[in-house]
Amino acid sequence: MDVTSSAFKDNAARALGDAQLQRALGNVEHGFVVKRRKAADALPEFDQLRDEAREIKAHTLAHLDLYIEAFTDKVEALGGQVHFAETAYDARRAVVDICRLHDAKTVTKAKSMVSEEIELNRYLQKKGIRPVETDLGEYILQIRNEAPSHIIAPAIHLNRDQVEADFRRVHKHLPADRDLTEPATLLGEARAILREKFLSADVGITGANFLVAETGSAIVVTNEGNADLSQTLPRVHIVVTSIEKLVPTLDDASTLLRVLARSATGQDMSVYTTLSSGPRREGDPDGPDEFHVVLVDNGRSSMLGTDFQDMLRCIRCGACMNHCPVYHAVGGHAYGWVYPGPMGAVLTPSLVGVDQAGHLPNASTFCGRCESVCPVRIPLPKLMRHWREDEFARHLQPRAARTGLGVWAFFARRPRAYRLMTGVAARSLSLLAGARGRLSRLPLAGGWTRHRDLPAPAPHTFMAQWKTRDGQ
Amino acid sequence: MKAKDQVLGRIRSGLCVDPARDEARRRAVAERLAAHPRNTVPARGALAQEERVALFRRMAESVSATTDRVANTGEIASAIATYLGGRNDLSPIRRGTDPRFDAVDWSAVPGDVRTGPAEDGDQVGIAYALAGIAETGTSMLVSGPHAPTTIAFLPEVSIILVDAATIAGDLESAFDLVRERGDGTLPRTVNLITGPSRSADIEQTLLLGAHGPRALHLIVVG
Repeated sequence: MDVTSSAFKDNAARALGDAQLQRALGNVEHGFVVKRRKAADALPEFDQLRDEAREIKAHTLAHLDLYIEAFTDKVEALGGQVHFAETAYDARRAVVDICRLHDAKTVTKAKSMVSEEIELNRYLQKKGIRPVETDLGEYILQIRNEAPSHIIAPAIHLNRDQVEADFRRVHKHLPADRDLTEPATLLGEARAILREKFLSADVGITGANFLVAETGSAIVVTNEGNADLSQTLPRVHIVVTSIEKLVPTLDDASTLLRVLARSATGQDMSVYTTLSSGPRREGDPDGPDEFHVVLVDNGRSSMLGTDFQDMLRCIRCGACMNHCPVYHAVGGHAYGWVYPGPMGAVLTPSLVGVDQAGHLPNASTFCGRCESVCPVRIPLPKLMRHWREDEFARHLQPRAARTGLGVWAFFARRPRAYRLMTGVAARSLSLLAGARGRLSRLPLAGGWTRHRDLPAPAPHTFMAQWKTRDGQ
Repeated sequence: MKAKDQVLGRIRSGLCVDPARDEARRRAVAERLAAHPRNTVPARGALAQEERVALFRRMAESVSATTDRVANTGEIASAIATYLGGRNDLSPIRRGTDPRFDAVDWSAVPGDVRTGPAEDGDQVGIAYALAGIAETGTSMLVSGPHAPTTIAFLPEVSIILVDAATIAGDLESAFDLVRERGDGTLPRTVNLITGPSRSADIEQTLLLGAHGPRALHLIVVG
């Protein structure tokens, strides 16, 4: 998908004025947050498991080349193939080459953010191959020609009545007077339509949540069962995934699965957790004849050895965006690429460049909720700050921001002048605000006061108050 | 091959690996893969056999599965018949050919019972689990000549049999079973199934019966 992160401010302004979107976003704040809390509280060892999950991923990244080699050897020993893709283009090419070898017309797909990242669907279509998204949310987005707005709940920005309208528009062969008022009837309709696609597809594509070096397995979790039908019924199973999905052993995968489901949806375990190792074996009555893993780098290896190596621990649970006040306000599309929310604010500049995505790490209040819920304890605010520093060092910010920072830096290095200035500012703002304690208009602060009052500071700064206390 | 070398090369240079002095890393990886050390296993499943079975059923029911228990394989047929409630619209029925099914009197099950991979139109699928996992109420199915994977996914209703003796306390213990069974090599597919299929993609409203079975019934045997 095209990167529109540079238009974040416009995107966000539009999102704030979109009533449908604002209604839908209410479901994020009230659904996911409570569910995660309950699941975490029900497992006394949860925080300890998070510590271990962080260590497992950190260890794997420090030995990533070796675990990839072990995984590849195991997959090949089982009769599967691993295709390395340095770029998004290489990855789409690898998938299309496999499809062509099998003369594939239709491909069923389970949800995969990496496939969004490499723009797989657009490319398949261009090559005459029809991709069918089978996750309910992704299917809805495909018929709307939209991108996901959340990494685990892709259609979270939509309301039921919008889905009903789309189904009526696209499923023309069904009676026009059918009752679709209940979400269950929408689900039933999608189930019937997609069932036919599963049965007729030539190739099935899934992502992977984890790749297990010990056993050469790709692990994929779903609640719908669509990844299982996608990979079991067609002749060929292609796993499109990225290099940081490696974990050493089944024991390590167990720990990560425990924190993944709880952090993502508040489930103890997703409904379907499936380990696929190679193609069907001799005597197996079903399963794919071929098993391919397309292992995508696309900029990740360049993050190793940098401040952003920690970001590669991410297991894509979505907890950071579920808890983010900025995400709650503007939704996922405003971020302008595949990965929204705090994890996207760190990852997107790494993968597409800070020159294009510099707004994202700035769109944070640094409230720290994301880090406090991250199952692998990624220091997301710290990493966003690194990007801001990087932006400053590379002169990517507008002149006004640089000048402002320069003025602040001048005073910050001169404590006496700083105290004098802040003292004057605090007193004047407090005076201006009067008894109301709020300012509805202020020169140079129109960006703030146009939408809300500015609470006035206390008449004396903290330092001044401290001095008075000390004197007593 | 070239792409593989490029990617691995970039990873090594990012990690500042000196290939001539890489013994410690290689040893660490080989040892971890061979020993697969346990991480913290939640205490929840560390129970005696009977309590483990009870936890397994309780957890499965908490995610909308139904459960039952029979004393031995001879009682499986009547338990299935009871669950299906004599409804012959729940046919055809598809089952695996696990040797443990041999003791089942299939003539006591209403409807047309078939073997082989599941087909579109199958109403009920009956599978025999390799293990159960008490901590989450999960069933572990493995593919093989006697166990088509599709049986647990295509039919409208899924029935899974689990021997009480195979119900492990935790996920790691169940993985040990499947690991030992294949001498370190897993079957093509290992399915960990926790409740019937569902989706919350429309307005976060939880609905059962997305693409997999709409209902899941577990029968503990023994």
